[in-house]
Amino acid sequence: MVRFDDVWLKYRTQPRSGERGPADVLRGVSFEIPDGGFCWLTGPSGAGKTSLLKLITMTEHPNRGMIEILGTEIDKVSRHDAALLRRRIGVVYQDFRLLGHLSAYDNVALPLRLARRSENKIRTDVTEILHWVGLSDKLESRPAELSGGEQQRIAIARAVVSRPKLLVADEPTGNLDDEQAQRLMVLILALNKLGTTVIVATHNHGLVARHPAPRLDMRDGRLTRHD
Amino acid sequence: MTKRVDYLGLRFALTDRLLPVLVAAMSFLAALAIAGTLATTTLALQWQGDAASALTIQVPDPATPAASGGATRLAAVQAALQGTVGVANAQLMAADQVNRLLEPWLGADVAQLALPIPAIITANWQGAARPDGLAAALDKVAPGTLVQTGITWAARVAALTASLQTCAATVLLVVALVAGALVAVATRSGIAQRREAVEIIHGLGALDADIADSFAARATLLTFTGAVIGTLLALPILFWLATLAAPFSGVAARAALPSLPPALWVALPLLPLVAACIGWSTAQLTVRGWLRSLA
Repeated sequence: MVRFDDVWLKYRTQPRSGERGPADVLRGVSFEIPDGGFCWLTGPSGAGKTSLLKLITMTEHPNRGMIEILGTEIDKVSRHDAALLRRRIGVVYQDFRLLGHLSAYDNVALPLRLARRSENKIRTDVTEILHWVGLSDKLESRPAELSGGEQQRIAIARAVVSRPKLLVADEPTGNLDDEQAQRLMVLILALNKLGTTVIVATHNHGLVARHPAPRLDMRDGRLTRHD
Repeated sequence: MTKRVDYLGLRFALTDRLLPVLVAAMSFLAALAIAGTLATTTLALQWQGDAASALTIQVPDPATPAASGGATRLAAVQAALQGTVGVANAQLMAADQVNRLLEPWLGADVAQLALPIPAIITANWQGAARPDGLAAALDKVAPGTLVQTGITWAARVAALTASLQTCAATVLLVVALVAGALVAVATRSGIAQRREAVEIIHGLGALDADIADSFAARATLLTFTGAVIGTLLALPILFWLATLAAPFSGVAARAALPSLPPALWVALPLLPLVAACIGWSTAQLTVRGWLRSLA
């Protein structure tokens, strides 16, 4: 379960002289997504979608309010346990965030290596997931040698290779053509059917229309719709 | 078993040349400081021992009969010295020896000047306590007899040794602090260059220890390599200094080639290990401190 209760967020940037202090990017956000649920996160640029995803992935902390991720209140966990909790969350970033000095194989293997899985298990899982995203012939390619769509698929493979309990995707289809976007949605929905809770932030209204699901709509840091 | 992968790409970030070169310079200085301390301590202990045990007794009017009658004042003092526990190797300095000592001040023919030259007896003090009562005892036998000990000189040598040791320890402390600062700066620079990679693997669930260990392993390798190079570069200079010091330490008499003191052979291999410890611990502290700024 993912639960937000009256969550406020303000970034800790120092205002320049004469400017007002930093504004709240999230204002009293409350919602709940049950285990195994699927939810769209929509809204215009600057509405606070990415900030909300950062709170879910624990790369930011709220100034106020309570957040529960996979049954754990995040302000009550130690740094060590927070790291272990992050391993149960798969994240697809808008800008892919691949490590340029590693091959596609090593990028996808990263979450498994951090979890200290055996190399045999890693080889099986990584090969399978790269086949699934259609990149089994690019194992040794570095991100710079791949197209934007291929990099996106590597990022997705990395997010799902450890079979996370929660998958968070920020504009995952932004660099994909319609066919690739459809394939990606099939993959994400398959994971959701296997029990993974999924949250997808997108601008793509066509995609949302084709795959009806509960939706969180944001405007100016507030939730304006919660199905 | 999990394969070791350079997740953070630190081989591109923590500079391969600059840090080892600077650590080599620090180790070079440390090797010289350690060698200097050991050499000073060894020589000082030797000089201190010699000076502290030396006794010089001046007997004025040595040929005059002693107050007790019978023998001369010199013979009375010599007899008293023989009977004193702790006094050893008492020897009367020959007249020509005394003349040679006085020659710079009184000229070549001291005997012609008819000056009252005292007899001089040298001896060693081997007693456990200071020879405080000796001067009074000899003054009773032959009034005016002077006893000089090397204790004052020994105290001065001890003070000088302590000062040199403090200086060397300060040099070593400064070298260690500078080495730590170099590692901290290099690590911070590495973090700045690989910040995105650190944030990515942190987001994927890496423990602080995973990230800190990666930086620490790299810093340890670079500081160890630098320290080995610096220590090896110091060796020729240490052998050259050992050659210069050989006449004072008595090594030349025993060996065809100068050798380094055994303590130095123990201390020098420790330098790369100490440098590696500084590299590891500084990188750990720096990275863990920075990671606390991440959520």
